[in-house]
Amino acid sequence: MRIITVAGPPSVGKTAIILKTAKVLDRPGQTVGIVKFDALATADDDLYRHAGLPVVVGLSGSVCPDHFFVSNIDDCLRWGRDQSVDILIVESAGLCNRCSPHIQGALAVCVVDNLSGIHTPRKIGPMLKLADIVVVTKGDIVSQAEREVFAFNVRLANPRAAILFVNGITGQGASELSDHMQEAPHIDSLEGRRLRFPMPSAVCPYCIGETVIGRDHQRGNVRKMTFGRIPA
Amino acid sequence: MRENLLSLTIDELSRRHPAFADFLASTDATGSKPGRTLEAWLAGLTDDRLSQVGMDRDQIRSHLEALVRRVDALRAAPHATIRSLTILGGRDKSGRAETLTLVLKAGEVLCIVGPTGSGKSRLLADIECLAQGDTPSGRRVLIDDAPPAPGWRQSSERKLVAQLSQNMNFVVDLSVGAFVAMHADCRMVPDRGERVRDVIACANDLAGEPFSAQVSLTQLSGGQTRALMIADIALLSASPVVLIDEIENAGIDRKRALDLLIAKEKIVVISTHDPILALMGGRRVVIRNGAITDIIETSAPERANIAALERIDRGLIALRHRLRCGQRIDAPLAWAEELGKV
Repeated sequence: MRIITVAGPPSVGKTAIILKTAKVLDRPGQTVGIVKFDALATADDDLYRHAGLPVVVGLSGSVCPDHFFVSNIDDCLRWGRDQSVDILIVESAGLCNRCSPHIQGALAVCVVDNLSGIHTPRKIGPMLKLADIVVVTKGDIVSQAEREVFAFNVRLANPRAAILFVNGITGQGASELSDHMQEAPHIDSLEGRRLRFPMPSAVCPYCIGETVIGRDHQRGNVRKMTFGRIPA
Repeated sequence: MRENLLSLTIDELSRRHPAFADFLASTDATGSKPGRTLEAWLAGLTDDRLSQVGMDRDQIRSHLEALVRRVDALRAAPHATIRSLTILGGRDKSGRAETLTLVLKAGEVLCIVGPTGSGKSRLLADIECLAQGDTPSGRRVLIDDAPPAPGWRQSSERKLVAQLSQNMNFVVDLSVGAFVAMHADCRMVPDRGERVRDVIACANDLAGEPFSAQVSLTQLSGGQTRALMIADIALLSASPVVLIDEIENAGIDRKRALDLLIAKEKIVVISTHDPILALMGGRRVVIRNGAITDIIETSAPERANIAALERIDRGLIALRHRLRCGQRIDAPLAWAEELGKV
């Protein structure tokens, strides 16, 4: 089974792009399956199901979505195998830009959109910096010049990735993306494999339900802001 | 190459290209001694700092090495030039063969006409993605009489096609001057200040209403926006092919805009029903049911009619100007009276 992780900030068009790409990949003898990770709610599984793709949803609820992802991803592979999936696309929302869902040896895709601002590529962490493919969406509504500046900034943020331009509405560019997915490495189990980078961490009273604000509760892995020198 | 890069100092690397300065600044390296080597700096990074950078030491090293290669490649890359683009027919929406070999030369303007839904956008899209029989139309596109090298389809640095459409807007919150300068930096042009002035002067030339380098991009009028986009594509974009989708009523000097693109040896493909634009092209293709059904050479009588169409156009522009200035349109419109007799 080929595994592809697709991550990106909310509303960039991950689902639209996966739907268009899966349409190219899904054919007799090659089944595409979808795992959709989200935080609180999603209706995207209906879209996938409507497209005839086997889909399973994981909602992280009150847990860090990244940690939820890594705790469940191997089970998702098992599900995929049970469904006789040949290409498993795992979609996860990059809610904090510090997300780091990409796995060593598995094809890693990051999706960003042209509307997010030309400096955004440098503000996104491992999700973009360590991806194999960066997909840029919504190119049809901004100027050519902004597209070129945006792509250049993606290039600087991740000089190794292939950059693809895909239109989630028309499907333009989806066939190039499918060419890459078609070549994603086969992986049967993730047991013992590593993430490309540690996930964002926080082990403190607030992680387990503390709601009171105050110094007494700032224990464990706490980071404090620095405010520079205050004039006397 | 690896040894080489690691022995550079923070300062040397920063001066190499703003991209390195940016990266080092974002990792707080510029806060450390500028004379420190990259190797010493990397070794001294704490786990906490690495976590904020979002990469481990090996990843930072390979990131910087890849960045060196990219920047060098961008600097060395010559301006992409192509002599011709060839469109080989596919099939129409009913599956009937589209018998066609259409060759476009550098500096040529081709117009696309046809009813809504006939497939004009599909043709533009086929050119944009350099279709190789893998799009719904089954068309193939050749560059300089040969199938495009894989790099043309994949590479983000070497985009063959620049696009301009009515739906496009500037969304970035910057002044005109600052943004064009940023684009010039991406293109790594040596004469940045001069190039920025050229683009803005040229855009002012095309737009009816003048604007300065200080004005915010998002405050430009529709006409000024189109004018700046065209000037930027002509003078800063490396793409040798320009696709223009429906820019009628854009409030710009269309003839000068086209002349500018032609002078830069671009291949210009325009989807339009604007009679002036359509007749300015050397040829126009007619699309029906997803296929090109006719190729019309612009005839001498048609060219002669451009002058009359431009008179009508100027008449309308003058009326718009009067309205803008708060004046009345109560004088008899002799030129329009004549039209009524046709």
